[in-house]
Amino acid sequence: MSITKHDVEHVAKLARLGLSEEEKELFTKQLSDILEFADSLKKLDTKDVPPTSHAVPIKNVLREDKFIAFNDPEAILANGPDTDKHMFRVPKIME
Amino acid sequence: MHNKTAHELHSLLVNKEISSVELTENIFARIDKVESKVQAFVNLTKEEALKQAKAADERIKNNTNISPLTGIPIAIKDNMCTKGILTTCSSKILANYLPPYNATIVEKINAAGAVMLGKTNMDEFAMGSSTENSAMHPTLNPWNIGTVPGGSSGGSAAAVAAGEAPLATGSDTGGSIRQPASFCGVVGLKPTYGRVSRYGLVAFASSLDQIGPLTKDVTDSAILLNIISGHDPKDSTSANQPVPDFTKSLIDDVKGMKIGYIKELLGQGIDPAVKDAVSAAMKKYEELGAKLIEVSMPSFEYAVATYYLIAPAEASSNLARFDGVKFGHRSKETKDLLSMYNNTRREGFGNEVKRRIMIGTYALSAGYYDAYYLKALKVRTLIKRDFEKAFEKCSVLISPTAPSVAFKIGEKSADPLSMYLSDIATIPVNLAGLPAISLPCGFANNLPVGLQIIGQAYDESSLLQAAFTYEQNTDWHIMKATV
Repeated sequence: MSITKHDVEHVAKLARLGLSEEEKELFTKQLSDILEFADSLKKLDTKDVPPTSHAVPIKNVLREDKFIAFNDPEAILANGPDTDKHMFRVPKIME
Repeated sequence: MHNKTAHELHSLLVNKEISSVELTENIFARIDKVESKVQAFVNLTKEEALKQAKAADERIKNNTNISPLTGIPIAIKDNMCTKGILTTCSSKILANYLPPYNATIVEKINAAGAVMLGKTNMDEFAMGSSTENSAMHPTLNPWNIGTVPGGSSGGSAAAVAAGEAPLATGSDTGGSIRQPASFCGVVGLKPTYGRVSRYGLVAFASSLDQIGPLTKDVTDSAILLNIISGHDPKDSTSANQPVPDFTKSLIDDVKGMKIGYIKELLGQGIDPAVKDAVSAAMKKYEELGAKLIEVSMPSFEYAVATYYLIAPAEASSNLARFDGVKFGHRSKETKDLLSMYNNTRREGFGNEVKRRIMIGTYALSAGYYDAYYLKALKVRTLIKRDFEKAFEKCSVLISPTAPSVAFKIGEKSADPLSMYLSDIATIPVNLAGLPAISLPCGFANNLPVGLQIIGQAYDESSLLQAAFTYEQNTDWHIMKATV
């Protein structure tokens, strides 16, 4: 399956990835090649085959809903690109 | 000293023939000598290492709480969180990230008294098969610095091969421990999915990722696996299964063992010189009394395509967290929230990471989910079934680890698809969640060839026994890179 530059722009938008014009051209070609390769799966009949999302059986693991304080909140905040007291600051969300 | 295994160093330490401080100084001297050529590390933590070495020497002196890792230097792949020590995933987006906590495996290695030398280079976010996708610098193969060390755990494999670390950790999503182990002539083990906690491992593809050891021999592999295995309440996918003492499986005996060789991985697309080395290993096993059985895995033809839909799909979701809000790089061009996301991710991610986020997002998007993602999950079932069928008549399976020896730097970087195909023998194992080991089994063009041994889920013991027996009866693991 061949994809267009328009498809690349749409996917980049969904993935919140800013792309340059050159990157859009490059990825249009490379993603087409990769998806064409992926199309080989269509040859296989999987009508009655159930999907496997995990190789080993995994159930939901629940624990008690209990508050556990993290021992070093300052170390978390220290990684913030822009912080204010105990908050992370982000650009304006709405006008 | 730098050529010794961890179990040999352990004897020297407990017999007081050397101190951990001396050993650590010795290894750092080796690093000073060869690191400019190999470039295995992104960050060396010598000061901290010497403190840990001193503490280990106290433990040994007082004869308290000595483990097989006490005082032994180890290198940690840079996608495993180390509290207060940079953990970059070899990505610009995490270039300044100082984790506020340790990964569970780091906690376990620290508790055992090991000495962390530093963090090793990798393909950015573990996406790649050559370590050329590191945003920091490439790592070079100690056997021939014109070739790649493999990837994504290329830094860890090269460090062990070059004598810069007796032990290292790696992570393996589609072959990222085993393929670099094969290229660098060391032993790399990917445990069963869930055997080792992923808590604090920066997630790439959560249903496939698994941490494991890179070592100079099979004995060290069992020793390190003993330390890092076990259920962890902090990782809900970690297996609540009993952990045997893996060193008990280091038995030199394969008499009567049924070993399946995978027909599809000894045919087209495999370098004839690699095939020859693996065929010789099969012959060796027969001489040692094992029973060789041909098995067929028709679904393997589709494994790479399946993997390159599932892994990017999971990655596109996992990497959504890198948004410039709570940690990591934030773009200076942020006129609103959306431009902050777009520009942060454009500046922070390299091309391979962008490509995989795009493929994954596409495969999961409306209109394509059934055709790509769901289809891949169904083929995953077929791959799993092929393994189940093979294990009805075999205890372990063997194949080459990689279709070729280490390739030249730059040879595949312009063509992502050809790079992806270098994982053809390792990918099916991750899709089925099974354990597998790569160990040296010969040379082609003066570069190491790796033999892959695959076991059933939670049966690392059988593959360790098969690997140990081969190692005891051959000399490949003794040969060292002359960097």
